[in-house]
Amino acid sequence: MSDGAVTSEEVRHVAGLARVSLTEEEADRFAAQFADVLEAFERLDEVPDTEREPELVNVMREDVVREGLDRETALRNAPESEDGYFRGPPVS
Amino acid sequence: MNELNAFVTRETVDPGEEGALSGATVAVKDNISTRNLRTTCGSAMLAEYVPPYDATVVERLLGAGATVVGKTNMDEFGMGTTTETSAFGPTRNPADPDRVPGGSSGGSAAAVAAGEADLALGSDTGGSIRCPAAFCGVVGIKPTYGLVSRYGLVAYANSLEQIGPFAPTVAEAAELLDVIAGVDERDATTRAPRREGESYAAAASGDVEGLSIGVPAELVEGADERVIETFETALSELEAEGASIEEVSLDSLSYAVEAYYVIAMSEASSNLARFDGVRYGPATESDGNWNEAFAAVREAGFGEEVKRRILLGTYALSAGYHEKYYEKAQDARAWIAEDFDSALSEVDVLASPTMPVLPPRLGESLEDPLRMYLIDANTVPVNLANLPAISVPAGEAEGLPVGLQLIGPAFGEETIIRAASALA
Repeated sequence: MSDGAVTSEEVRHVAGLARVSLTEEEADRFAAQFADVLEAFERLDEVPDTEREPELVNVMREDVVREGLDRETALRNAPESEDGYFRGPPVS
Repeated sequence: MNELNAFVTRETVDPGEEGALSGATVAVKDNISTRNLRTTCGSAMLAEYVPPYDATVVERLLGAGATVVGKTNMDEFGMGTTTETSAFGPTRNPADPDRVPGGSSGGSAAAVAAGEADLALGSDTGGSIRCPAAFCGVVGIKPTYGLVSRYGLVAYANSLEQIGPFAPTVAEAAELLDVIAGVDERDATTRAPRREGESYAAAASGDVEGLSIGVPAELVEGADERVIETFETALSELEAEGASIEEVSLDSLSYAVEAYYVIAMSEASSNLARFDGVRYGPATESDGNWNEAFAAVREAGFGEEVKRRILLGTYALSAGYHEKYYEKAQDARAWIAEDFDSALSEVDVLASPTMPVLPPRLGESLEDPLRMYLIDANTVPVNLANLPAISVPAGEAEGLPVGLQLIGPAFGEETIIRAASALA
């Protein structure tokens, strides 16, 4: 992909990794656009290596029990639920 | 004024208490959670999503006496510069209804510009407050990363984004910032502001005597000449009031757009994995297994720009490309932060046109994504460096608003508020 040309098959492969279905037209259109965008990203090769050690400090707090969402509220936006659980598609 | 399409949902939430914002109406961007009030992020994926809790900023608004008047339209999940990628149709610019209001917080800026709300909240990941503020002729502030709680903000690229205010004037925007700023135990990235005066509003004195303003050449070159002319007129106004102006140069800035999009898209590809159609999202008919159902609901629920960014982010993080794109983008981010640090040790604030172009016509920007990304050149460096910036009306060119951006050091909100208040 990095040599400029991006094929529809490559776009569909990445879409598979990202779990997004695409129509034929979308895959074709994205292939052309991704070539442009990735070519622009190539410029980052010119950026010098930079020292970047972030100053991080651990911030601790007491582990305190407090009220959270009740089960009914947490399930309120789910398209499907059953016996107080989210209901999803079969895993395999 | 429904023809502006500034709101996705118009519903009033009355304040619980009296306070600094009693009597003020506030519009809230539709990616900020409001309890029992639909929060769509401008996406079909969340068209029916009703949050069970308020974002911290909304709690603070209501606690300060403000009345929420609705949820404003936006580019889907904040991904856009024009508010045209919304699943609820584009918002129009009150200054010229044939033009875009900017984005992604276009609804918030348009609502304030048209007087449909006194104030508004937006979020800014790469310019999403400052761009629409500039295009609509209002004031918008992107706070220092960590000044305002992101609890309840639906994440797009969490290392870059902040919630911030819109208002007709700098003083009013600063008043709203006073209400929403401050540490929140539910957002571990928040930090206590180091404030010199009593409040941000008190900093809006209009006094720029002795203020030094640096103008980065990289953020002026290549801008529309009409924009540059308006920007320079506003600068001479500041100079006439006692500020000094000098040109500065930050070499790293020419890599900011590329670095920003690599980082933002990478974070988006991870953040938006939560939209699986199980805990929220539209019901689908897919009989397939988990992966097939997941892919089908994301095909149905996401618009084209969101898919584009998720895919490009997935690509940038994938094996073999991670070092090439993501690591180099992080190098650029660190370099940009260093460049800003050293520039801001020489001058008090940096100034540039907020946007290098006048507001585009509706429909003009959608065909070529890269071209749309490139118009974010002046706003994205600030997010990469975690700095505060404000966009203030600089004047008009051909009847269209032009914004001037002022960038300050980390937690230097008072300085940019003071400088901007000399203009509006």
